[in-house]
Amino acid sequence: MTAMEREEILKTYKIYIGGAFPRTESGRYYPLTGRKGLLANICLCSKKDVRNAVTAARSAFAGWSSRAAFNRSQVLYRIAEMLEGRKAQFISELLVMGANKKDAERELALAIDRLVYYAGWCDKYQQVFSSVNPVSSSHYNFSVPEPTGVVAVLAPETSSLVGLVSVIAPVIASGNTCVALASEGKPLCAISFAEVIHSSDVPAGVVNILTGRSAELLPHLSGHMDVNALVYCRSDAAEIKAVQENAALNVKRIVIRRESWMKESAQNPYFILDTTEIKTTWHPVEQTGAAKAGY
Amino acid sequence: MHVLPGFKYFCGSMSIAANSAFPDLSLVPRIDQAGVEERVARFCARSIKKEAKVQGLKMALSMIDLTTLEGKDTEGKVRQLCYKAAHLHDQLAGLPAVAAVCVYPTMVRTARKALEGTGIKVASVATGFPSGQTTTAIKISDTAFAVAEGADEVDMVISRGEFLQGNYHFVFDEIARVKEACGSARLKVILETGELSTLDQVRKASQIAMHAGADFIKTSTGKIQPAATMPVTLVMLEAIRDFFYETGKMVGMKPAGGISTAKQALHYLVMVRETLGQRWLTNEWFRFGASSLANDVLMQLQKEASGVYQSADYFSKD
Amino acid sequence: MSKIKEIEPKLELQTEWRYAPSPESASHITLKKRYDLFIDGKWVRPSSGKYFDTINPATEQKIASVAEADEKDVDKAVKAARKAYEKVWSRLPAKEKGKYIYRIARLLQERAREFAVIESMDGGKPIRESRDIDIPLAANHFFYYAGWADKLEYAFPGKKPRSLGVAGQIIPWNFPLLMAAWKIAPALATGNTVVLKPAETTPLTALKLAELIADSGLPDGVVNIITGHGRTGAAIVNHPGVDKIAFTGSTEVGKLIQRAVAGTKKKVTLELGGKAANIIFDDAPLDQAVEGIVNGIFFNQGHVCCAGSRLFVQESVADKVIRKLKDRMESLIVGDPLDKNTDIGAINSKGQLDTINRFIGIGKGEGDIYQPACSVPEKGYWCRPTLFLNTSQSHRIVQEEIFGPVLAVQTFRTVEEVIEKANNIPYGLSAGVWTDKGSKIFNLTMKLRAGVVWANTYNKFDPSSPFGGYKESGFGREGGLHGLAAYLDI
Repeated sequence: MTAMEREEILKTYKIYIGGAFPRTESGRYYPLTGRKGLLANICLCSKKDVRNAVTAARSAFAGWSSRAAFNRSQVLYRIAEMLEGRKAQFISELLVMGANKKDAERELALAIDRLVYYAGWCDKYQQVFSSVNPVSSSHYNFSVPEPTGVVAVLAPETSSLVGLVSVIAPVIASGNTCVALASEGKPLCAISFAEVIHSSDVPAGVVNILTGRSAELLPHLSGHMDVNALVYCRSDAAEIKAVQENAALNVKRIVIRRESWMKESAQNPYFILDTTEIKTTWHPVEQTGAAKAGY
Repeated sequence: MHVLPGFKYFCGSMSIAANSAFPDLSLVPRIDQAGVEERVARFCARSIKKEAKVQGLKMALSMIDLTTLEGKDTEGKVRQLCYKAAHLHDQLAGLPAVAAVCVYPTMVRTARKALEGTGIKVASVATGFPSGQTTTAIKISDTAFAVAEGADEVDMVISRGEFLQGNYHFVFDEIARVKEACGSARLKVILETGELSTLDQVRKASQIAMHAGADFIKTSTGKIQPAATMPVTLVMLEAIRDFFYETGKMVGMKPAGGISTAKQALHYLVMVRETLGQRWLTNEWFRFGASSLANDVLMQLQKEASGVYQSADYFSKD
Repeated sequence: MSKIKEIEPKLELQTEWRYAPSPESASHITLKKRYDLFIDGKWVRPSSGKYFDTINPATEQKIASVAEADEKDVDKAVKAARKAYEKVWSRLPAKEKGKYIYRIARLLQERAREFAVIESMDGGKPIRESRDIDIPLAANHFFYYAGWADKLEYAFPGKKPRSLGVAGQIIPWNFPLLMAAWKIAPALATGNTVVLKPAETTPLTALKLAELIADSGLPDGVVNIITGHGRTGAAIVNHPGVDKIAFTGSTEVGKLIQRAVAGTKKKVTLELGGKAANIIFDDAPLDQAVEGIVNGIFFNQGHVCCAGSRLFVQESVADKVIRKLKDRMESLIVGDPLDKNTDIGAINSKGQLDTINRFIGIGKGEGDIYQPACSVPEKGYWCRPTLFLNTSQSHRIVQEEIFGPVLAVQTFRTVEEVIEKANNIPYGLSAGVWTDKGSKIFNLTMKLRAGVVWANTYNKFDPSSPFGGYKESGFGREGGLHGLAAYLDI
């Protein structure tokens, strides 16, 4: 080592709960290794981290879901702006986690574009999926999608960045808050993405990102009585069955996703719809004069 | 006594409305029209058969204010009507007489004489009926005349123009003054709901009339369409009920105009029964203002008695 | 005994003039003594040879015996549905499918009165409701969805929706024919075939519907209707040949179904229980609100998943509203479901009556009970309309779904308070809001976590209006454009 050489500062990868970056409360870690040895010690989250993250997500829900859709749109767009500015960091993380340069660049571009795509949908999907219903009685009746609440996300194991972004963005676009479990084998980008979110006007608790083992955490996410929906993006049949069984505890909505996240087609507004509820409202219409009014 | 902002034409003495006070209109409940119509549909879905029907129809007959209110009314016409009132259909035993005969003030004397000894009341419209577009002073003298001629009951009209302008105190005061002019005659206050546009207005006008001393509130003159409807009547019955809850005082109800069939009359009675109950199911507290209702009711009663459907040719028209 | 004070002056709502009995004639209906299973367009005996009785809850008399389908019968029905799906229904042009559904709607309209009478006999609901609500709405539902059959690509922009295959459908006893229509009509319009199981206490109108479907000429096996108890339902849920499960019923059973289909490819929609808040503000149209309270909880004996069973009245008008409500309850007529003047019919079954009475027992220790002094018949299953006043959110009668004519009344002071309490429940099917102020209505309707919010009205249904719950009230929607999604691969 020459005097001119400088030791790089290694980053400590922590989890993201309620707008803060704590270490797991359990104090545990798992080593993430790359071609050149240890990349990082990753938090091995516990069920208590799940609990804390769900609590944070629940308390953020009222505020986030009542933001103007236009505002959510700007916030999602802001995430894209922040990610664009930190491309280099993400590409290098993808590279150390085993991607080739071309794929890494492509994944990053896709992730950014996907955020822009969903940013645009924030104040439009309602118009596409709402309806004014022409009921036969003297009532005005309309149906609109509303966010379902707190959504757990089991992020894809591969496509660790674009996969995570592609699942989180449609979940929060409608006003849900989420608790995401990052790719176990490739968690670096997920934590860096939390930093992007943290600097993007996303209120604390709207997105919470945990790292660890799905085998350990999934039962607690899928069983949690205050989680309204769970988006599962892996392919373990036994896990899927267990998640679906646990979901019955509180009639949780389970969405299974098997997309090729690197494809352009892995985005559409129906993904937003998957974690919404259709609410129908009725109100009487006063009728005076000879002709009746109605829709 | 309140300062009466609407009281611009006639500054009466402070003695008026001694027993009444202007209601707090902010406490008048709002009306949802669709809900009222749903409730009315439920009344109309009641099925009144057999003895309940006969009983209901006889009750309806006894509640009729048999009415003639035409420019071409003559003493002869009024005398014929009064005979009909006392002898609805002598071929059928056990029929009641109607409650009252309703005429213009100038016909009161004739009606009074013709109805002598029948127990049938004489009701007179007054107060510049039907438009009410005259001064309060004339309305009061109109009323006083009708009462002096022998009217047991006075059917007044409210000043709809003042009401629609928001001069609620004027309307209130005018009713109170007419009530005073009635002496012992009972006062029916016609809201002319067909000119009030919304049920909220009907409810508000009912409230004002009752607080001003109305013995009855009445829907219509019969000269304006729509006249009585079930939704309007229901809103007024509910106003009467709330006034009773609040004060313990009973106020009568008279839908008038447009009720011409026995079936309609039964629907109205169902509505009274389920909204106000027993005490209002008498002609002391409920009336139908109608000219052609009686014969349809008679036809139905005859049908119940004979088992065969009837023809209008067998029932006298006066 | 009662802590509820009488307020003077009292209206005398028991009148000398009473409505004479006015029974709807049952002479024009045709019912068989015994019903087999409707599989592949034919009536077939159950493989076990077993039948069970369906009784009239108003008289406790048997109406007919009905086949008990077991796993073998379910298998037969699913296979028939699969064959019909592959060989006939999926090959038929969409507009032709639509014509069949239109025809079912028309046939139902023609025979509406017969269906209404049978519905009331078998389930205990007042003829006024089966005649004016259940049967017309069922027919309208078929009519509405018939028109969708050849327009599906317009319902889902950017998508080419595909039918799923065989739909297994399990429906409850509270709206037997209407629920059959809610299930069958969209399933057929979206190109699926059906195996439907009505509830064991109310199978008759579904079986009559099977007769009507046979009359309609719908190809054999497209709709199969099989009867039985929970085991039959479980066999449908567990059958590997079923692609879609649609269930309406209790949250308890819905959860069992959700577990049972875990790990399979079956698409599921669940319409489950509820404990809806019906909220009356001091600026509400009070008389209509009282009517809304009555419709909310006493409609169909309270056997309604979206019943407004938790009443919240703002304290400033609470006395007034309760007084009006009690007087309104005086005029409710409990009795013979076939009498046209009956407002509250028979409780659907002995079992349900026991459940309701158990809750009334619990409620007596929690709130102050009020029941009008109406008479009820000696034979049959009856429950007077019941109020519990002075209840609080922690009471069991406030927390748990009773599914009977029992209303728990709470008062509240502020908007924030009532929103919090309304949402403070695991259910989220429906809610009611009563105020004359538009901006307050929208504040409430947006914040109430429920799938259907009725503002200044209650318990309204329409084929074009999506219905379904949040949270433990289930997922998926029935009715309207949104109801199509449940039966399509989008």
